[in-house]
Amino acid sequence: MNAYMPYVLCTVLFCIGIYAILSKKNIIKIILGVVIAEYAVNLFLVLVAYKAGGRAAIFSETEVIYPESMVDPLPHALVLTSIVIGLATTAFLIALAIRLYGKYGTFDVTRMRELRG
Amino acid sequence: MIELYVLLGLMIAGAIIAIEVKNLLSAVVAVGIVGLGLSVIFLLLKAPDVAITQIVVEIAAVILLIRATLHREIALKSCGSRPFGALMGIIFLGLAVIAAFATFSSGLSPFGEPLMTVSSFYPMNAISGTGATNVVTSVILDYRAYDTLGEATVLFTAVIGVLTVMRSVGKKKEEDLQENNE
Repeated sequence: MNAYMPYVLCTVLFCIGIYAILSKKNIIKIILGVVIAEYAVNLFLVLVAYKAGGRAAIFSETEVIYPESMVDPLPHALVLTSIVIGLATTAFLIALAIRLYGKYGTFDVTRMRELRG
Repeated sequence: MIELYVLLGLMIAGAIIAIEVKNLLSAVVAVGIVGLGLSVIFLLLKAPDVAITQIVVEIAAVILLIRATLHREIALKSCGSRPFGALMGIIFLGLAVIAAFATFSSGLSPFGEPLMTVSSFYPMNAISGTGATNVVTSVILDYRAYDTLGEATVLFTAVIGVLTVMRSVGKKKEEDLQENNE
């Protein structure tokens, strides 16, 4: 039961982000929901990589460090990529939001009538 | 790992504040709580490279979001929420958390015991294979360098997209029209 608690809390954080995307009208709140969900996914991958009592995946010249005692380095490398891509997509979303505010004068997605098909 | 639970609770509280508070500037600052708490959690989980990147990215994201909500009349404007979407969201996300709990306890190895079938290769061979003492660096820049190339491609595509959306062509056309009229 207790062994899976960090994963469940991480899922709760992800669901808070999805809830903001589904229920909010303000486009800035929707962007914040995307950012929170993205953080939760990155956190989940790093949580999966953690080894109890493990140490960072860095070797040292002055100290003998066994590879078996290291945490999993592969999710760390991929999450590093994912964080930078997340910033780029967030910047693009914010640019679109600023342009939409300039065109419609509001952040409320239900009032942007011309976007409806 | 009590500090992990404390920080996760802080992040969940910050996320709820960010989503429910009326003032948009306060919401952006609350997202800063979530991101910086995430960075400390990465340090606790022995991922220093990821923690440093997360701090830099979080500060940049908060600056960009504050740029979007800078004007006072925008920051204080509240738009409410869709009641039907909120109700459905709460019901189905509650079910999703329960389903996730069932899936984790049947399919995932417990917290603190990673599945090292693929990635035990990297710590074993990093020094002899690439000469890098930091295994994460050896994965990013050597074993999976094409992945980093793809990351750079996405990054520059996003930068081009932002520049295309944010350039002010309309103003130039108006100026040209005024010059023609004169």
